[in-house]
Amino acid sequence: MGLVDWAKGAFHKTGSPRWFFLGSRRWMVGLYAAGIALIVVGSTIGLGFVPPERFQGDSFRILFVHVPAVHLAQAIYVAVAVAGLVYLVWRMKMADMVIEAAAPVGMAVTAAGLATGVVWGMPTWGTGWVWDARIISTLVLLLLFFGLLALRQAIPRPDRAAMAVSLLAVVGVVNLPIIKYSVEWFTTLHQPASLTLGERPTIAPVFLVPLALNALGYYCLAAGIVIAALRMKIIERESGTSWVADWLAGHEDRVGG
Amino acid sequence: MKPVRKQRLAVVLFVLVGAGATAGLVMSAMQENINLFYEPAKVVNGEAPLGTVIRAGGMVVDGSVVHDDTGLGVRFTLTDYAGHDFDVVYNGILPSLFREGQGILVTGRLDDDRVFAAAEVLAKHDENYMPPELEGIAGHQSATE
Repeated sequence: MGLVDWAKGAFHKTGSPRWFFLGSRRWMVGLYAAGIALIVVGSTIGLGFVPPERFQGDSFRILFVHVPAVHLAQAIYVAVAVAGLVYLVWRMKMADMVIEAAAPVGMAVTAAGLATGVVWGMPTWGTGWVWDARIISTLVLLLLFFGLLALRQAIPRPDRAAMAVSLLAVVGVVNLPIIKYSVEWFTTLHQPASLTLGERPTIAPVFLVPLALNALGYYCLAAGIVIAALRMKIIERESGTSWVADWLAGHEDRVGG
Repeated sequence: MKPVRKQRLAVVLFVLVGAGATAGLVMSAMQENINLFYEPAKVVNGEAPLGTVIRAGGMVVDGSVVHDDTGLGVRFTLTDYAGHDFDVVYNGILPSLFREGQGILVTGRLDDDRVFAAAEVLAKHDENYMPPELEGIAGHQSATE
């Protein structure tokens, strides 16, 4: 019972913008630092120290950017969809703010994944873009993130906008299994996954080290950025409350007010 | 959970299942259109149309690559390693990953003799990444096929 009570407590605390804002600064700074450090180390090893791939030579090194980016993009979508579900069921304002903070980050990361895919495809496949199922479903992911932003802009009433955006976020989760299994259900130019849960990776261990460092680094950095964006949303939306006034009063010197 | 929240959760899950089922049905109905290329079996069995621009793919048969004495012309055979082979003729620059045993996609037309006249050749690299010195080591070789 203790654990259930603790989980309920954590759920309600996280749902409180004030509690989250006042407690999250340390997390944000830590995640930024860890993310940047991991990416610097991982990219240095990946770009400078591991041997080239036997057939692709040096062009495969973009894998250390491409794979973490597309994985992260899907993970961000999962977070957005969970937030959408929480908003639809509990009407928790924080959940809606999570969507608003994470969607632009997800859009940027998905765009980076597609762009690195194009750059990788040109020397290896012989083309940067084909309309295969994997690439189309990833493009749909980009459009979903864009749609979450556009839909909010299109609806003037904030509570209606939050409902519509949350519903789109939840329904869009259908696209994630399509991305994952597109290379198995259909014939594609894109290769199947090299990393599958419970199966032996088909990437040589020497390449896995920088890939894992970069992936972890991307996750940390993205989490830091989302928390930073979320903190800004909180201040924006709660600007009329007394705790924000108190906080601003205590930081006048820093804010420059 | 309060009843009103339970009800909302049920509605959301219902919408999600509906959307998933819709997407699944649409994709299974459009499978042929979503597939990027015809596999060798479909080319050999006549499922691939003749005379129109299509995309086909297969693995390059060892020893089948014949270059013209002059120019960029090349002829090779694509297979699925299950008894279905077809010949491809191409005149142009091959992607750098092109080699025997490599997965290849070709865009072009099948003529009446089921020879594929390709206008574009793409390399479909696989999901195995390893440094040169590990090639041939038993544990990694098994992952290649």
